[in-house]
Amino acid sequence: MAANYSDIVMDHFTNPRNVGEIPDADGVGEVGNMKCGDIMRMYLKIKDDVVEDVKFKTFGCGAAVATSSMATELIKGKPLSEVVNLTNDAVVEALGGLPPIKVHCSVLAEEAVKAALYDYYTRNNLPLPAGIEAPCDGDCAHCCGR
Amino acid sequence: MQVYADNAATTKVSQTAINAMLPCLTETYGNPSSVHSFGQAAHRELEKARSLIAEYLNAEPREITFTSGGSEADNQALISAALAGEKKGKKHIISTAFEHHAILHTLDKLEKQGFEVELLPVYKDGIVLVEDVANAIREDTALVSIMYANNEIGTIQPIAEIGALCRQKNVLFHTDAVQAGGHIHIDVKEQNIDMLTLSGHKFHAPKGSGILYVRAGSVILSNVIEGGAQERGKRGGTENIPGIVAMAAAFKESCDNLDENIAKITAMRDRVIEGLEKIPESILNGHRTKRLPGNINFCFRGIEGEALLLMLDHEGIAASSGSACTSGSLDPSHVLLSIGLPHEVAHGSLRLSLCEYNTDEEVDHILKVVPAVVERLRSMSPVWESIQKGV
Repeated sequence: MAANYSDIVMDHFTNPRNVGEIPDADGVGEVGNMKCGDIMRMYLKIKDDVVEDVKFKTFGCGAAVATSSMATELIKGKPLSEVVNLTNDAVVEALGGLPPIKVHCSVLAEEAVKAALYDYYTRNNLPLPAGIEAPCDGDCAHCCGR
Repeated sequence: MQVYADNAATTKVSQTAINAMLPCLTETYGNPSSVHSFGQAAHRELEKARSLIAEYLNAEPREITFTSGGSEADNQALISAALAGEKKGKKHIISTAFEHHAILHTLDKLEKQGFEVELLPVYKDGIVLVEDVANAIREDTALVSIMYANNEIGTIQPIAEIGALCRQKNVLFHTDAVQAGGHIHIDVKEQNIDMLTLSGHKFHAPKGSGILYVRAGSVILSNVIEGGAQERGKRGGTENIPGIVAMAAAFKESCDNLDENIAKITAMRDRVIEGLEKIPESILNGHRTKRLPGNINFCFRGIEGEALLLMLDHEGIAASSGSACTSGSLDPSHVLLSIGLPHEVAHGSLRLSLCEYNTDEEVDHILKVVPAVVERLRSMSPVWESIQKGV
């Protein structure tokens, strides 16, 4: 609960950055499922191999919203060569840490970004860089630890 | 404005309870087991508290055992009934799917020890059917344990009818009345209750004191805590005199003001229910009127409970949820699943629990803030749009 979240997490939860949709996005990725209680959708606008804009929509707990928000901050304006290497650890670190039980939310944020990248690369018939695979199948078991 | 709307979790200690307990800290601080006058003074306070609680339950003082709280009392009730039943070759226990974990986890343990546990359904309204209880009772049924009122959705069970049935069938009947005690009328004789659990901190006493009522002659208690001869040898450990004295005072106060409190709190509850029902895609959980005066439980589709609680807290409202993220597990509350809610809906639950200290102004604040927060979370939810379209 609130007491277990860092100030940065609470800030990104109460004032999430880049919430919304990009109607003409170049890549869209959605991960998670309703049963687990977390769904993240990422929209990317890509120009000259740079993430020109990014928006997200998230159904989930405070950590799910905060990790989505932070992930968008970490990739906005960055070249794809950097973005493909985004890790959940980087999201957790930027948030000043997460309670252990919420770390899976950061994994979901990383996967949401990568799912949107996968969509971008496959839409444009571009070769997939290392680390970009078909997105999660909606089975959260591997992230949620069971 | 700060609104405490989580009174089903715990309550503020009443001034009456504080006044009653303070002398036990500085004057009657003796050990009730001691022979000297300090001890005997504490012993008198203990027995006065026991008599007072017995009086308000319509029980006898010797039928009251003090424990550390509701969980311990539930554990002791179930274990005692199971062991007593086992001696007579009865190893079947009936309960419900939406009991508190103090009951369910103790039943799990008993099941591993060879008891057969049957959990009855509670249906959409969150109320067990007396006929289901009647059909489930067998020759070898050792115990029926059914909560008085549910802790999440507040639904009140037909306790008097189940009590009468069990008495007629000569089956031991326990009820976990932790949420009901001090909030609705309880009479162990009239309602044919053999064993009953109460917890002080749910009715404005401090945390750390509970009550197990056991009807004389119904079952011999087994110890959960071994030790000295306290509580007629059934519960070791020096008695928590300040807590017990405060609990007795708080119980008396709650019971003396019961009708007035029920009227006031029910009016506030109904106003909140009517207001929150106007939120699109909201679902009131549990029977509309057969519920505790202070309990309000809704699901709002398309949002998640923990996020809702954090944002409400930010706006000064303290509430609770049965979402997975607040339970520390992957699954939403077993109570919400037991009334047939799918996982995805149960994740978006909100429980507001009011007491006599809440005010109409606080209700106004709840009615202003909750719809706005739900709307804000829905605006950032990727599933809300598809829900609206009916997908």
